[in-house]
Amino acid sequence: MAETNESGAPGAEDALPELPMTRTCPYQPPAEYEDLRARGPVTRVRQFDGRPVWAVTGHAETRELMSNPAMSVNRFHPNFPMPIPALTQLQTPRSAAIGALIRTDPPEHTKQRRDILPSFTLKKIAGIKPEIEQTAASLLTDMIANGDSAELLDAYVKPLVATVLSQLLGIPYEDRNYFEDLTYRRFDPAQVVDAMSDLTDYLAKLLVAKETEPGEGLLDDLVVQVKDGTLERDELVRYALVLVIAGQETTANTIALGVLTLLEHPEQLEELRAEPELWRNAVEELLRFLSLTGGLSRVATEDITIGDAQIRADDGIIFLNPAANRDEAQFERPNELDIHRNVRNHLSFGFGIHQCIGQNLARVELDVALRTLFEKVPDLRLAVPMQEIPVKQGLVFGLAELPVEW
Amino acid sequence: MTVDPMSIRITADTAVCIGAGQCVLSAPALFDQDDAGTVVLLNGQPAADSLEAVREAAYLCPSRAITYTETSQP
Ligand code: HEM
Ligand code: SF4
Repeated sequence: MAETNESGAPGAEDALPELPMTRTCPYQPPAEYEDLRARGPVTRVRQFDGRPVWAVTGHAETRELMSNPAMSVNRFHPNFPMPIPALTQLQTPRSAAIGALIRTDPPEHTKQRRDILPSFTLKKIAGIKPEIEQTAASLLTDMIANGDSAELLDAYVKPLVATVLSQLLGIPYEDRNYFEDLTYRRFDPAQVVDAMSDLTDYLAKLLVAKETEPGEGLLDDLVVQVKDGTLERDELVRYALVLVIAGQETTANTIALGVLTLLEHPEQLEELRAEPELWRNAVEELLRFLSLTGGLSRVATEDITIGDAQIRADDGIIFLNPAANRDEAQFERPNELDIHRNVRNHLSFGFGIHQCIGQNLARVELDVALRTLFEKVPDLRLAVPMQEIPVKQGLVFGLAELPVEW
Repeated sequence: MTVDPMSIRITADTAVCIGAGQCVLSAPALFDQDDAGTVVLLNGQPAADSLEAVREAAYLCPSRAITYTETSQP
């Protein structure tokens, strides 16, 4: 391997490939990821701001490194990666709010994860599945009653995901429209900073009210700890915010792109209609195939040798999970969608101690959202050619709109 | 009568479990979650025909909380 990791070789570092790379097809990772992997499963690249960083594209290497305790998520470290330019606007002090869980290391992380984990057990999730089914069905009934075409994100996907989150957190019924509106505003890069700040204020007030009048939900379960003095109110606000940030756009975009992908693979959609037991596999395969969370960042706290790569303590690392999910060493015909594969080993939820806490909720949401849609609207089709559907590049890739008709 | 040629011993480290539930999805007869979301080992010495499921659980566990040994019995 070339000595590109030697800090004394600036010439070599100048010639490095640059991140971020962008998707051209909505459901295929950036084509350049293949070139990166050809340089090695763990290789040096440059970020848009010029800083060099390691990029991981191999499946086995991602598993090994992400579960290594020497990977820190401390975003205040000077070498902490910045996978996309848009994140710079969130590095304001106010955004310390996004610090919980996803940006804390043990032992802090361990405590935070244990605080919210009881709301995400498989049994809890199975318990809320009927409500998710009802919400999906009633949104679709309204959508169909309104005509024979719709913008699916606004008519179905976003309200579904927002309602599930409201229920999970325990947002009072009368506040739901306001709360959901705030969370939609977060999807718009121009409004994200204000929306975050309004959300923070709203949640802080809500928690005060819940201390005297608890309802049912994650916030209510934890407000008891605030009263006991074992959890700070601000910290609980941070928990709620991280759930909004980590849980919404990821799930909504995966559903929307899942719809698009299945419409573009009609033979597999037919198989799913004929054999609904295949949905379980299909959801997992869509997660692998779509892989929307593309730049998970870490900084090494110790020297690590992995294959030919010599990672040094304090080096930044970016995991390109969409590439790892297309690694030929792990998956046969990785660039083809195949709902028959058993791919629970995809890395779309990450790996290691930060692996998605909402993954089992996300699985249920995907299953219910897609299955109910194709059952209730069997003639669903795109209203414009796929090439004309507007996309959103970002840390979580997505569709800006999904015009459909039936 | 056939003699079981192999024995499996599983350990699940509750201190490092992060409650992703992957083990329960792989082998619901062997693993469960308590109300806190932490792994509960239902059967630490399952029959040999569980080996595939045990392997999968250990491989998919994101925090490497699940380990197992296989020993051949004479
Ligand atoms: C398809 C949907 C989803 C995808 C693809 C996804 C993906 C991910 C990924 C890749 C991580 C790891 C980040 C890292 O290691 O840096 C993560 C963490 C997380 N996710 Fe998800 N997620 C989804 C849905 C959800 C939902 C529905 C929720 C909750 C309502 C949620 C809450 C979280 C939280 C709180 C973390 C941080 C966990 C920790 O640091 O311990 N996610 N997610
Ligand atoms: S897979 Fe691992 S981390 Fe997840 S519940 Fe089981 S033991 Fe815990």
